[in-house]
Amino acid sequence: MAEPALIHPPQELLEGPAGTPMSYWKLVWWRLRQDKVTLTAAAVILCIVLSAVLAPYLAPHNPAQGSIRKRLAPIGTPGYILGTDEQGRDMLSRLLFGGRLSLTAGIVPVCIALLAGSTMGILAGFMGRWVNMLIMRIMDIFYAFPSVLLAIAISGALGAGVGNTIIALSIVFTPPITRVAESVTTQVRGWEFMEAARASGAGTWMIIGHHMIANVVAPIFVYASTLVSVSIILASGLSFLGLGASPPNAEWGLMLNTLRQSIYVNTWVPVLPGVMIFLTSMAFNLLSDGLRDAMDVRL
Amino acid sequence: MWSYILRRLFFGIPTLLGVTIIVFTLLHLAPGDPISAMVPSDAPLEVVQMIRQQMGLDKPLPVQYWRWLTRVAHGDLGNSLATRRPVLNEIRAALGNTFLLAVSAACIGFTLGVVLGTTAAFFQGRWVDKVASAVAITGVSLPHYWVGIMLIIVFSVTLNWLPAMGMQDTSGGSSLWTLLRHMLLPSIALALIPMGVITRMVRASVLEILQQDFVLTLRAKGLWSRTVTRHVMKNAAPPVLTLMGLQFGYLLGGSVLVETVFSWPGSGFLLNLAIFQRDIPMLQGVILVLATFFVLLNLLVDILHSLIDPRIRRT
Amino acid sequence: MAQSEGPNGPAPTQSRQALLTVRALRKYFPVRGGILQTVQAQVKAVDGVSFDVQRGEILGIVGESGCGKSTLARLIQHLIEPDAGEIRFAGQNTLSTSASVFKAFCRQVQMVFQDPYSSLNPRMNIEDAVAFNARVHGDSRTTARTKAWEALHKVGLRPEQFGRRYPHELSGGQRQRVNIARALVLNPTLVILDEPVSSLDKSVQAQVLNLLQTLKHDLGLTYLFISHDLLVIEYLSDRVLVMYLGQIMEMGSTDEVATAPLHPYTQALFASAPSMNPDERLDHLPLLGDPPNPINPPSGCRFRTRCPHAMEQCAIASPPLLSVGGHDRYVACYLYSDQAVEPAL
Repeated sequence: MAEPALIHPPQELLEGPAGTPMSYWKLVWWRLRQDKVTLTAAAVILCIVLSAVLAPYLAPHNPAQGSIRKRLAPIGTPGYILGTDEQGRDMLSRLLFGGRLSLTAGIVPVCIALLAGSTMGILAGFMGRWVNMLIMRIMDIFYAFPSVLLAIAISGALGAGVGNTIIALSIVFTPPITRVAESVTTQVRGWEFMEAARASGAGTWMIIGHHMIANVVAPIFVYASTLVSVSIILASGLSFLGLGASPPNAEWGLMLNTLRQSIYVNTWVPVLPGVMIFLTSMAFNLLSDGLRDAMDVRL
Repeated sequence: MWSYILRRLFFGIPTLLGVTIIVFTLLHLAPGDPISAMVPSDAPLEVVQMIRQQMGLDKPLPVQYWRWLTRVAHGDLGNSLATRRPVLNEIRAALGNTFLLAVSAACIGFTLGVVLGTTAAFFQGRWVDKVASAVAITGVSLPHYWVGIMLIIVFSVTLNWLPAMGMQDTSGGSSLWTLLRHMLLPSIALALIPMGVITRMVRASVLEILQQDFVLTLRAKGLWSRTVTRHVMKNAAPPVLTLMGLQFGYLLGGSVLVETVFSWPGSGFLLNLAIFQRDIPMLQGVILVLATFFVLLNLLVDILHSLIDPRIRRT
Repeated sequence: MAQSEGPNGPAPTQSRQALLTVRALRKYFPVRGGILQTVQAQVKAVDGVSFDVQRGEILGIVGESGCGKSTLARLIQHLIEPDAGEIRFAGQNTLSTSASVFKAFCRQVQMVFQDPYSSLNPRMNIEDAVAFNARVHGDSRTTARTKAWEALHKVGLRPEQFGRRYPHELSGGQRQRVNIARALVLNPTLVILDEPVSSLDKSVQAQVLNLLQTLKHDLGLTYLFISHDLLVIEYLSDRVLVMYLGQIMEMGSTDEVATAPLHPYTQALFASAPSMNPDERLDHLPLLGDPPNPINPPSGCRFRTRCPHAMEQCAIASPPLLSVGGHDRYVACYLYSDQAVEPAL
């Protein structure tokens, strides 16, 4: 067979691509910056969170004090711009302070579940076999309950209170996050660079730390962010049922409950806490959607 | 195929067992002594002891669990502490009402979801898509119990067109028409979340098929017909159907909030009541029945999915 | 008459100071099914393979997809454990489960992977990816980075510009160079290359192959080069080993095997390679059908179902790998039984 004629390139050093290096995260940030809707949603969340944090400075009245004489004043009453509730307390102040409990009960469980779920899921995905079976079967059992039911069952067992709500919701959200974490970890584990990392002689923890975590964090985080809006609705829902915050605390779901009786007297004031829940949940939904779109980069 | 079904069923048993363990444990963790709910506070110690013994509450926990489990397996869920009537009977009646609500909410939500999602996918990028997607995301972000209250405000209080609570008119009428009138508002409130979820899933699923090469080829050739549409929908169906099954399970199990708002006498309402009355047998019973339903429903959905989607390996 | 001793016969070649010695290597993968997911069958990926690799040579392993080449590569690199057989590197038995032994082994034997797209961590920049190997073995950040820069230099990538880049900013050929740099950081003795140019365009293939040759010459490396592309194997390898369904069919120096292939399979392989001359057309296809399923290989000689010279005895027992024509030429085929000589152990 004739000797194939091959090109013999000069042994010079190749030049690199122009411009600044773009890591994955830089790319994501760049895409996010161009998504107006997501940026707006993020701004809205920032406002809501700030207003809750700064509630003591922003609220015109004491949220716990009210006089029966001024009860159920309509929206636009001078001095009580959003009206008063059934006990005469200022709605604006109650809404601001209520944000603290509602947001806490909504966001904290997802954070806890993110930590717990990722750890278990990554472990299950990386170790495989019986560790995987054990962890995933246990998660399956919790998965066997519809989330609302599980939340109510745990809350009902532990008793009322925001702390118990946080515990209950953390337990509710851990299994889905574990599932996603395990699935992503198993996928990444099959990629060739993981084999290459093993072929370097590195130990398990070094491989996980240097190679796996960075690749696995993004999808898990995006998934967890979609749970925040659900969590806020659920947390307020639990308070609505009387299982979360208890009177006289201000909390959006609880306010919905107590104001419910008053719809025959003052129709529109009971609407307000629900509007807050809706706005917050919607903003988080838009944000998590935008995050997912930005992170879905084919490299 | 049968081996797959059998295997799923077989591995469903430990899950169910796990569910029973959790239900049992949860409610034994609950603070508060069930006895004190039953007897007056000044009852003598021996009486309390006797009742405790009778109810088997003095035995160690695993034993209690086993006895409870065997009773449950025979269909005996105990008696409600509040009404003294068998739990199973109460649940049966209530579950029927919840089922009604769930089915009607599913009809509304699923139909709307499929229509909106398909339209959004076929008109991707145009304003129709944006509107449909906005509707979907709104449905998922709205607190459904709040929407229930809003619906009551608009349609009952202000317009006085539809009743605000219960299943029957105060006048006692119980015709189909009355039922429908009572059912409409809660069904709409309940249908929001499934509608939003299904719309998004349908849109994503149909889009994925539409972007595949075989469809692009057909479109490039100008060969669009009803047959092609049918093929696209058939291909997009499996994940959507699975999701619908799951959503129906959530509707059954998670209707508490809406039922509370509308005082609809369903299992959710019963659950709520049981919590506040510390009615442990009722609580256990309701949660157990609902969770079991959910597990069985998931099993069914999984098996159906494996039948419909030829890509799933069924060894 | 030569005796048969197991699937691929007794050990071939002069075992004098071979760098790598592989004897009777076997790896089966279980196939599960049924209600309880019991093991129903075995994929016989590597079924009794024995050969040597001499210091400083390039041994090419060629075969179709599914013949077990990649499994063989991973067995030698210790990424998977064999079911049976022995692997000796520089005289030492490498089959030990100790992590420190494995780590030391990795300093000597490194692997370059096939797919330039998934073999680099998308979240790590180039210099970190290459430096990782050094850091695993205890080097500090700065030392590892220096070594990484040296390695990048050797493969022809300007470290100042490429170091901070990410894989998605590089072309396929450039990524494969990074792969090679990563393998070289630890100054290994043996480099296993699993289809390193198969995913690249032809023009780029040539560059990378030339680079590999230069590196071997400059650094005194030994290569185990796996490919399905005959031309590439011919161009690069000193000796070649032909695999089929997990077994060795023929082995010898590249020139001899290429000019005068003995085994019917090898003959068909070389005849199948399209010629650069458009006037040379094949009258009939040299090889028909698809390779059989490795779960259920044919009894006896595995190639007999596609072999034009199949005889009765081919179905009874698998022919051993025997030495033919003197030095370092082996065939596993009954056609050559009378010429065969039992190899010196």
